[in-house]
Amino acid sequence: MSGHEFKDAYDVVVVGAGAAGLAAAAEIARAGLDTLLVDENAGPGGQIYRAITTTPVRKREILGDEFWNGAALVDEVRSSGASVTQTATVWSLDADLMLGISWGGRSRNVSARRVVVATGAMERPFPIPGWILPGVMTAGAVQTLLKSSGLLPAGRTVVAGTGPLLWLLSAQILRAGGAIDAILDTTPRGSLTRALPYASGFLLSPLFAKGLALRSEVMRKVRVVRHVTELVAAGGDKLETVTFATRQGAKATLPADALLLHQGVVPNTMLAMAAGVAHRWDERQLCWSPVLDQDGRSSIEGIFVAGDGAGIAGALAAELRGRLAGLAVVRDLRPGYESSETQSIRQKLQREERARPFLDVMFQPPREMRAPADDTIVCRCEEVTAGEVRKAARLGCAGPNQLKAFLRTGMGPCQGRLCGLTLTELLAEANGVAPGEVGHLRVRPPVKPISLSELAEMPVSEAATKAVVRG
Amino acid sequence: MSVGAQRDDFDVAVVGGGLVGAAVAYGLGRLGNRVVVLDEGDMAVRASRANFALVWVQSKGLGMPEYAGWTVASAEAWPELAEELRRETRLDVHLEQTGGFHIALSEAELEARTSTLKRFHNQTGVAQYKTEILGRAELDRFLPGLGPDVVGGSYCALDGHVNSLKLFRALHIAMQAQGTKYLADHAVTAIEHDKGAFRLTAGGRQVVAGKVVLAAGNANQHLAPMVGLKAPMRPERGQIIVTERVKPFLRHPIVTIRQTDEGTVMLGDSKEEGTDPVGLNLGISSTIASRAVRTFPVLGKLNVIRSWRGIRVMPADGFPIYEQSTSHPGAFVVTCHSGVTLAAAHALKLAPMIHAGQLDETLEAFSARRFDVQAFA
Amino acid sequence: MFKRLPDCPATAVILTVDGRAIEAREGDSVAAALLAAGFAQTRQSAVSQSPRAPYCMMGVCFECMVTVDGVANRQGCMVPVREGMRIETLRGRREISA
Repeated sequence: MSGHEFKDAYDVVVVGAGAAGLAAAAEIARAGLDTLLVDENAGPGGQIYRAITTTPVRKREILGDEFWNGAALVDEVRSSGASVTQTATVWSLDADLMLGISWGGRSRNVSARRVVVATGAMERPFPIPGWILPGVMTAGAVQTLLKSSGLLPAGRTVVAGTGPLLWLLSAQILRAGGAIDAILDTTPRGSLTRALPYASGFLLSPLFAKGLALRSEVMRKVRVVRHVTELVAAGGDKLETVTFATRQGAKATLPADALLLHQGVVPNTMLAMAAGVAHRWDERQLCWSPVLDQDGRSSIEGIFVAGDGAGIAGALAAELRGRLAGLAVVRDLRPGYESSETQSIRQKLQREERARPFLDVMFQPPREMRAPADDTIVCRCEEVTAGEVRKAARLGCAGPNQLKAFLRTGMGPCQGRLCGLTLTELLAEANGVAPGEVGHLRVRPPVKPISLSELAEMPVSEAATKAVVRG
Repeated sequence: MSVGAQRDDFDVAVVGGGLVGAAVAYGLGRLGNRVVVLDEGDMAVRASRANFALVWVQSKGLGMPEYAGWTVASAEAWPELAEELRRETRLDVHLEQTGGFHIALSEAELEARTSTLKRFHNQTGVAQYKTEILGRAELDRFLPGLGPDVVGGSYCALDGHVNSLKLFRALHIAMQAQGTKYLADHAVTAIEHDKGAFRLTAGGRQVVAGKVVLAAGNANQHLAPMVGLKAPMRPERGQIIVTERVKPFLRHPIVTIRQTDEGTVMLGDSKEEGTDPVGLNLGISSTIASRAVRTFPVLGKLNVIRSWRGIRVMPADGFPIYEQSTSHPGAFVVTCHSGVTLAAAHALKLAPMIHAGQLDETLEAFSARRFDVQAFA
Repeated sequence: MFKRLPDCPATAVILTVDGRAIEAREGDSVAAALLAAGFAQTRQSAVSQSPRAPYCMMGVCFECMVTVDGVANRQGCMVPVREGMRIETLRGRREISA
């Protein structure tokens, strides 16, 4: 899987080699279209199947069957004829389907007739006091360390938050021989009751039985504190303690070397937003999702979004969405091409998606962990607190873009990835309007930083030169 | 008589809450006016969030000597504005008037610059201040680290820069501390003049004010005719690149490169036609980057964090428009490109004139009537 | 504090961090190698010099930025280790010298 020489143009560029991107690229390349699959990581797999081709973890049961399923997808792409380039960062995509790609310290423009954005999910921001301290990490971060390097937390470890991944990670740590001191479950009381109306779809899904089994596997070995409503990480140069309080009034401080936070995943919308794809606020998943048709076609002609980046639905759904987007791209570019599978893929996807509403409601993170108290830092890069955001709202800030001008929130290197949703929710709360009306941070290229010399050395037209040089 | 009913009437309604509107509103509030600022929403195309933050004098006013004088006056009033804002908001807007440069990357560029300045200073009635052409050796004394392509440049001691986002925030804090009401998501759709008062329709509500100041940037083009004024604008965009934070390395602003007090380096700015502020031309970004690296090769190592294409508020001939309506007395139009440089003049000089109900004769040249004259010429 | 799984077969790779040699494994990212070698803090923030360490390990948080072979502020979690690689941790804003 090399391919460091890029052509100026491809029929299709697929961005991201996770479940959706791999499936899309395989479908498209198999139909004979000139396909480039670019991915930022060292190897294919995305987050779920991270390091699937290289993981040093030998005991299969540590990571579970769902992980190893990814190998077949990688094989499928390898035999499809797609060019696959790893460690390549797509830092720009525009409505003319022109991409800016950085590889090996050099950037180039690549154009495509269709682009499939399969940039996946990232963890929802989890702003609590002390979350910037060394020693506080996302649960996904530790899963990455386990999958790609065979690393396990070795000190006193506390896991906190809510959502299926919290239990999966805990089980993986335990199976690998690691230890967890406590799980602080922030799932609010009454979540199950709220989620029950959606249970029928979930009960039919295999996720139900698996979820229950994981949970009991973990609960047999680890102390679990339920209905946690307050979390504070504290320490000097690094994490030393985790203090929590429960709804029932219990309060305690645990010594800790690692605090692993997780409260669900949300679509990574950076590239799609930079391209100008329309997004809407998802009331159930509490995040921005692109507006798409059933094949993943976005508001911008020629740009498709597939996978968890299209709205969280899990690895299997991501793969199916990738296939549907891929087949739709093929129909666009090869009129008359028809796959007999489209209908059955749609049906399978519907089954997967039916399980989602229950999980979304059951594990909806509590408000106080999404819109924290005034003294909590919400923008890690620029070190801006929730209180400053609320104060700016009182000054008349209607949305995150005016806020950015006033407070620099979202102006640091992460470009708002770790504060964007929090800002929208804080402003919505302060101004008494719906998050969908508040809007999101505008995303501008480069969506990942590149060096100025890299930008300077890109090819340039005469008109561009004339627009800049002045007397 | 209704008791306790909320009266939506004000001495002055300022349309536009960007740097121009906020500066005028602040200046009016300072004089005791009850002011309302009617602004667009979060996605407004807003030059105040996309400007280059220079307080710039050199060569402004080629073709209109009065503009040079007004610019110099504002630059001279700037320390007073910065000090006032610091006192009232405790925000330091980081005004630095250390002198600024224009850099030439070839002999041809230096010649063009020299001839521009010569034409500028030969205008009759232009404000007299010194802009020097400097050779490479002289530049090196001010600007260590210049690249081999730099042949020379021009220098003006009056030039400087501020943190324009802090200025934006400080003006909003200060004007609201004076009691000014700020309403976001209140784009003005109609203005009626009735019995000496103005009735503005904005965001589904009616606002009544004795005076109205149109400071809505390019939207003034459509608002001005509602009160018998005009503001011909031309569509212009510019792109800016900003880098990660770095320790201080550049003591003076250059017209296209400046380091902010926070440490980021801003690079700009291009001139293109068009009004779409969203799309970004990568070729232009690349050209800006390339010229910056040729000017200071060390910049090449810095990471680019953002780039954006902003819309410029640009009157058709490039010069500010200030005028009171003759058909609708009490209605003023205030439109200009340089909302940062002119912020001090707007707050401390223009606002008192609006307060008095009469623009000074010295501002006569800025009336939009000049466009009628040109039409006959 | 992290430990390797006992039966981890990957090849050892030597790199230097602030001049000190550390052992990593093939397949590690720079950030993973730093954590495995016991570095609790890998950076000081550009705003307040507060201590930071890798947070997301998937390229979104930018907390793991380090200097890799002379190139400052690279995302340590996105760069695979290579034999002889020179890593420097960052203290506050980076410096560029003329």
